[in-house]
Amino acid sequence: MSSPPTPILETLDARGLLCPLPVIRTQDTITNLAPGTLLDVLATDPGTLHDIPAWCRVHGHEVVETEREGRDIRIRVKVVAT
Amino acid sequence: MAEQIKAVALISGGLDSMLAAKVVMQQGVYVEGINFYTGFCVEGHTHAIRAKDRAKPKRNNALWVAEQLGIKLHIIDVIDEYKDVLLNPKHGYGKHLNPCLDCKIFMVKKTLAWGFMEERGFDFIVTGEVIGQRPKSQRKETMPVIARESGADDRLLRPLCAKNLPPTLPEREGWVQREALFDFHGRNRKPQIELAQSFGFTDWAQPAGGCCFLTDEHYAQKLSDLWRTRGSRDYELDDIMLLKVGRHIRPAPHFKLIVGREEGENQYLEGYRKQFVALRPLSHKGPLCLIDGTPSAADIELAARVLARYSQGRSADHVTIVAEEPNGVARDLEVVPLPPMEIPTAWHV
Repeated sequence: MSSPPTPILETLDARGLLCPLPVIRTQDTITNLAPGTLLDVLATDPGTLHDIPAWCRVHGHEVVETEREGRDIRIRVKVVAT
Repeated sequence: MAEQIKAVALISGGLDSMLAAKVVMQQGVYVEGINFYTGFCVEGHTHAIRAKDRAKPKRNNALWVAEQLGIKLHIIDVIDEYKDVLLNPKHGYGKHLNPCLDCKIFMVKKTLAWGFMEERGFDFIVTGEVIGQRPKSQRKETMPVIARESGADDRLLRPLCAKNLPPTLPEREGWVQREALFDFHGRNRKPQIELAQSFGFTDWAQPAGGCCFLTDEHYAQKLSDLWRTRGSRDYELDDIMLLKVGRHIRPAPHFKLIVGREEGENQYLEGYRKQFVALRPLSHKGPLCLIDGTPSAADIELAARVLARYSQGRSADHVTIVAEEPNGVARDLEVVPLPPMEIPTAWHV
């Protein structure tokens, strides 16, 4: 039995940007990604912890993981067909 | 089966645009939202900078409105294109540096270009404008100007004051019922609040100074100072972001100090150390200071004395300040804090 294909993982570096720019960059990146792709958004603005999940909710994408270490934030988004 | 009619609504994050979109949705129209980021928007990012605001909930109000309405929201970066709107407003400025009428025309025009592309296929545009609500852009005379100069013409519907205006295409085509639209006018907020309550909305953003820094007197003064001292009316994103942060002190036209007012601002200014001469007290606790401009060695020493004034060594005989060039070369300066009377009020931008 074959195992499911490993999802493609892309990274967006939005560190140093203030909201809403990380949200805009996430939106513009996801526009060009296929459903099922995972996108790691790297950020430093704490506002992204709220705004990127909010943007995902209104567009139907899924936040699968959030990590915060000091100032560094990583939000993993799964692109969903909408 | 009838084709689904689609509207794109300009969503600022405030109450009026939220209500306008909802009114149209109630009539069975499919709505998506659009929001423009000019760089001057009063948004949650200042909360990310200033520690004193951190207790407040951080949210992007436009996204929050979209969630309440259950619609998609597209946020568009117009930072570069917006320069022409601000620097060359055909209809002039409002009370400060706010080009509100040109701004509205620009945003409706952008929405038209975005939403009416073949693959998106929106039928009309919705805004939350109310006649008489804003002295510069929301007047009876300006409503047709916005429709005409944006190119939207009668595809622009203002559901909250539509009954005070000639019928638009969506009304004439029967996509929306004019009778179910409103005739709000003036600055009285009571009708909007009653409508919000009728929809079950209990929370909405109420930014005291509007949604744009350009309507803020102090911000406009700092932007004017920037243009005057540089000798040209231009800006980059970093310039306008830095105007939102810190204490700005200009001892001379060719340089100014940006002094952090608290730890959050100091951290934010840290990100600019590679672009400016940066000063920080070594012998005492104190803020980070960036020098914007072309300071001489004597200017840097004066800046160090000003900074010492804002450090915990303000009453000390000497304070040691480290001055670091953008290339990383640093030197220590031992300075006497400048007495308050030697920092003229005129230096504070």
